[in-house]
Amino acid sequence: MAQHTLSVLVENSPGVLARVASLFSRRGYNIDSLAVGPTESPEISRITIVLNLEGHALDQVSAQLFKLVNVIGIQEMEDKNSHQRELLMVKVNSAGDNRSKIEAVVGKYRASIVSQASASLTIEAIGSSAEIAALLGELTSFGIKELVQSGLIALENGDATLAERTLQETGLASSSTHSQTEDYQN
Amino acid sequence: MASEITGAQALVNALEDSGVDVMFGIPGGAILPAYDPIFDSKIRHILVRHEQGAGHAATGYAQVTGRVGVCIATSGPGATNLVTPIADAQMDSVPLVAITGQVPSAAIGTDAFQEADIRGITMPITKHNYLITDPAQIPRAIAEAFYIASSGRPGPVLVDIAKDALQKMTSYNYPKKLNLLGYNPQIEPNSEAIRDAASLIAQSSKPIFYIGGGVIKANAAKELLVLAELVGAPVVTTLMARGAFPDSHSQHLGMPGMHGTVAAVTGLQKADLLITLGARFDDRVTGKLSTFAPNAKIIHADIDPAEIGKNRYADVPIIGDLGPIIKALIPAVKVEFAKNKADITSWWKQMNSLRQKYPLGYNEPSDGSLSPQYVIERIGAITGPDGIYVAGVGQHQMWASQFVKYEKPRTWLNSGGLGTMGYAVPAAMGAKVGAPDTPVWAIDGDGCFQMTNQELVTCALNDIPIKVAVINNESLGMVRQWQTLFYKERYSNTDLHSKRIPDFAKLAEAMGCVGLRCESKGDVDKIIKEANAINDAPVVVDFGVHRDAMVWPMVAAGTSNDDILIAKEMAPDWDSQEL
Repeated sequence: MAQHTLSVLVENSPGVLARVASLFSRRGYNIDSLAVGPTESPEISRITIVLNLEGHALDQVSAQLFKLVNVIGIQEMEDKNSHQRELLMVKVNSAGDNRSKIEAVVGKYRASIVSQASASLTIEAIGSSAEIAALLGELTSFGIKELVQSGLIALENGDATLAERTLQETGLASSSTHSQTEDYQN
Repeated sequence: MASEITGAQALVNALEDSGVDVMFGIPGGAILPAYDPIFDSKIRHILVRHEQGAGHAATGYAQVTGRVGVCIATSGPGATNLVTPIADAQMDSVPLVAITGQVPSAAIGTDAFQEADIRGITMPITKHNYLITDPAQIPRAIAEAFYIASSGRPGPVLVDIAKDALQKMTSYNYPKKLNLLGYNPQIEPNSEAIRDAASLIAQSSKPIFYIGGGVIKANAAKELLVLAELVGAPVVTTLMARGAFPDSHSQHLGMPGMHGTVAAVTGLQKADLLITLGARFDDRVTGKLSTFAPNAKIIHADIDPAEIGKNRYADVPIIGDLGPIIKALIPAVKVEFAKNKADITSWWKQMNSLRQKYPLGYNEPSDGSLSPQYVIERIGAITGPDGIYVAGVGQHQMWASQFVKYEKPRTWLNSGGLGTMGYAVPAAMGAKVGAPDTPVWAIDGDGCFQMTNQELVTCALNDIPIKVAVINNESLGMVRQWQTLFYKERYSNTDLHSKRIPDFAKLAEAMGCVGLRCESKGDVDKIIKEANAINDAPVVVDFGVHRDAMVWPMVAAGTSNDDILIAKEMAPDWDSQEL
């Protein structure tokens, strides 16, 4: 099983998330996490999907995704050339002398305590999947009362953008190549 | 500034401007506003008896003409009745536009009367779909729907329109330019891939053309003939590709797959190169995938990039329209052949030996009853290769694929991917509307026929004189065959008693058709000719046939193509074959 992160640009149209989710469901692809949000362009949303592939090649998944009319572009985000982060919020049992120990762990991971109550601390952390997993591993011994985690989001390093790359690849960057009007009449 | 019209009028204008000349449908509450301008439109609307019939008729029309088929229904049950034909069109890549009414936008999500989320329901079975609540969006949605349905890999597109969007006023502009950021099918193939393919073809000593329905969709049968004769390799045509290459051609080994010829199935198994054009390595063709064509390199040409590598790794993938692909392969192969050309004479010797030893055939029933294969063979022989043949799903479908001889594309229609029983009668209706001067035979089973025969009423009332051969073995024959082979002849719920009830000839008469019956071999030709001579009414012929006839050869589901049987418990005599 190999984990991959795909960034997918989609038209910001009703039902687009359902289309993507339905595709993954019916083709038997396992999603580990999924995050959807706006982009620099109001017409375009960005979905970041982390998936575990077993038996399905990544290019088969991409090709199936790209068949969705609302999907504009897809790129795999690799660790070595992208910045990948997820957000964790966790409520940890701080009874007894746990509080100082928890503060030490929080400091070690550059997380922060966003709320303190009599019997618990609420901690926020932003990090890579591995960092978040490591932090959680250490916090588990104190007793986790509640946990919420975002899907992973990722951005490619350097000047290049997914939108530019997508437009170049599909030949849509120059408006002259975009002539879909000639033969669609029945 | 053009004057304002209703959304309904905009819909009808957009359909007209998309080139629609006929559509199949049934009105109802939510779509009713659209039916008022339809009343005045130049588009012929054929009022069917069930929405499923509308969908399959649109499919039959599309498969015969190559144009987009159009069906229209109301919300809720009207729309859900279209689900089967939409799924059918998706599996067989048929260009279809389905228009459905939806409850008023304010009522969407309230479980209103006749509300169904048809956009959600059809998401996994359409190429794309729309829910329109703003009348200004109607022309663009319709224009996009026709473009998406007919371009790239064809498929069904559904446009669901809220009733109030049909009623509200809007200005009308048919879009001259579409702006589909995420949809840009590749037509022209990569020239490097063409060269690589040509090189493999020249090196191969056991090449075979594996031809799928894509060749017919791409209208590339003429180009295929040129390429195939240039290469000189054996050709197999899948169930969806029957007619893409002439059955009479000496290079044609017939259909591969579960009920393919021994030569076609074995040819794929033993080849060193599959020249795959518009086929998708379906399980009915490959048998157990891990044992399929174990020694073959694969050239896979398809317009849908997602088909490449889906089931079988492609050594040379070629993405694009098969017309340009085959046209590009012809000169590229000539260039390679000028350099070298592997000898394929011993390959042909093997293939010729297989097809001589194991031709398609059947045994006449020993009790003197009518053989279903004979009936189907005679319908094809008497009507000829200019006729159009439309099958349901089951034994009769396989026999119609095996024993009717096809010479031209778009003369063989069937439900290949979804396997929709009930397809034949409504699809034949649509085919006849698309090709009114051509004889159209629905070759149907008694099980299939009882699912959708009410569309014969539509045919009778609308001057659509199709012919229907009911191959009546009074059973769900293919299921019965599996019970014979795999369930110890325990015939659970496959006996339809349809030689007793219903009386198909009388049923036909009641629906305004001519009803005929045939039970003896001596009458078969006479009755087929009688049916062919009737052109002013639909004809139904009830052919009472032997119920134990089976479809052979057969590769049992989930087994290897190497385990093909030519009759019950009878494998080909491999030892005498030099393979």
